[in-house]
Amino acid sequence: MNAVAAARNASAPPLYGLLLAGGRSSRMGQDKAALTYGDGPPQLQRAMALLAAHVLRAYVSVRPDQAGDPLRARFAQIVDTQANVGPIAGLLAAQAQHPQVAWLVVACDLPLLDAPTLAHLVAARATARIATAYRSSHDGLPEPLCAIYEPGSRAPLARYVEAGRNCPRKFLAQSDTLLLAEPNPRALDNINTPTEYSAVMSQVSTPKKISVQYYALLREQAGRREEALATSAATPAELYAELAKRYPFTLSAAALRVAINNEFRDWATPLADGDAVVFIPPVAGG
Amino acid sequence: MPAFAFTHCAMDTAALAAQLADPACGGYAAFEGWVRDSHEGVRVRRLEYEAFETLALREGERIVSEAIARFGVSHAGCVHRLGDLAVGELAVWVGVSAPHRDEAFRACRFIIDEIKQRLPIWKKEHYVGGDSGWVNCERCATATSGDAAAHEHS
Repeated sequence: MNAVAAARNASAPPLYGLLLAGGRSSRMGQDKAALTYGDGPPQLQRAMALLAAHVLRAYVSVRPDQAGDPLRARFAQIVDTQANVGPIAGLLAAQAQHPQVAWLVVACDLPLLDAPTLAHLVAARATARIATAYRSSHDGLPEPLCAIYEPGSRAPLARYVEAGRNCPRKFLAQSDTLLLAEPNPRALDNINTPTEYSAVMSQVSTPKKISVQYYALLREQAGRREEALATSAATPAELYAELAKRYPFTLSAAALRVAINNEFRDWATPLADGDAVVFIPPVAGG
Repeated sequence: MPAFAFTHCAMDTAALAAQLADPACGGYAAFEGWVRDSHEGVRVRRLEYEAFETLALREGERIVSEAIARFGVSHAGCVHRLGDLAVGELAVWVGVSAPHRDEAFRACRFIIDEIKQRLPIWKKEHYVGGDSGWVNCERCATATSGDAAAHEHS
């Protein structure tokens, strides 16, 4: 927590952090907490470091069967006591253990989450209200999984769950929640599928080594048959746009097809380190 | 014979046809694509063919397999020339053998049509006046600003 926020909140309930890492990652097909980006540490470790810098104490929220997982076991844990209520289970368990503190809740599937986003939330925290959260840049609704829940949220949240409801977004939307604009609109993009993971990977990773082969008109205009490049282009579409600035290509991408590693691929396919890319001008066999 | 192949040398079509021979087949159909001496009214002196061979070989084999599965023919193959070709030379050969003629004709037509559309092969024409151009990429690209692939040529 920075000094200004600490001073402003001197009389406020202390702020603890809760990293939600109890999801089942079913759409991803592998544990989202263990994913890595670029040369960075596993996502859980990265998010804990970020969270710990803004709170007095930070915990990882886990399901009972995850408590022994080596990735999660190295941090202080709060174990869910209710099943089948989704991410709210973690907050309920945390509030039961420490009812007098406020909780900065963060999901562990936010690979673009940054320190300024957490710092702004903490600095703008409204301790007299139920919660402080960001308004989603996508749909205008509260972002419940990067938000501060004051101690006063405990009773209404318990009633909400007892009434058979478990959507934290709707809970915040109908509660006295301070909503803030996001300083970085991408910071709260969550990832649920391998495609979303690859897209983020390509943004945060170091430049990729890509080999490009040129044929026919493109070979003549590039003045070479092949080359090895270091590029941060995320897709072949971005790579072609980059190359078109360097060479006097007359063909628009719309007239071309693209092959990656000797197979035709979509222009939006994420590029990976070591890929061999060929841009295919209009063909004229036969 | 491989279902699809490239060659840099003149083809022996009799030898290629012989590889499709089968006592169970009563029909053999072939298509030969030759280098023509004009393109859209411009006199052509010679041609240059170039291919992205790794992908073209895979895709060519897929096309021939598709034709065999789709039309139930017994044997099929295709060979495409690469490099410099003179007017009148054989640029592409497709051969199909089958118990009966109808499926042989249809499979042969299917193969050449798909080859022309799907294979990463390019043709540079050298004209009598000294100019040259990549077919579907240059004159058409400037004439139609990009939608060159929609043109049907030879």
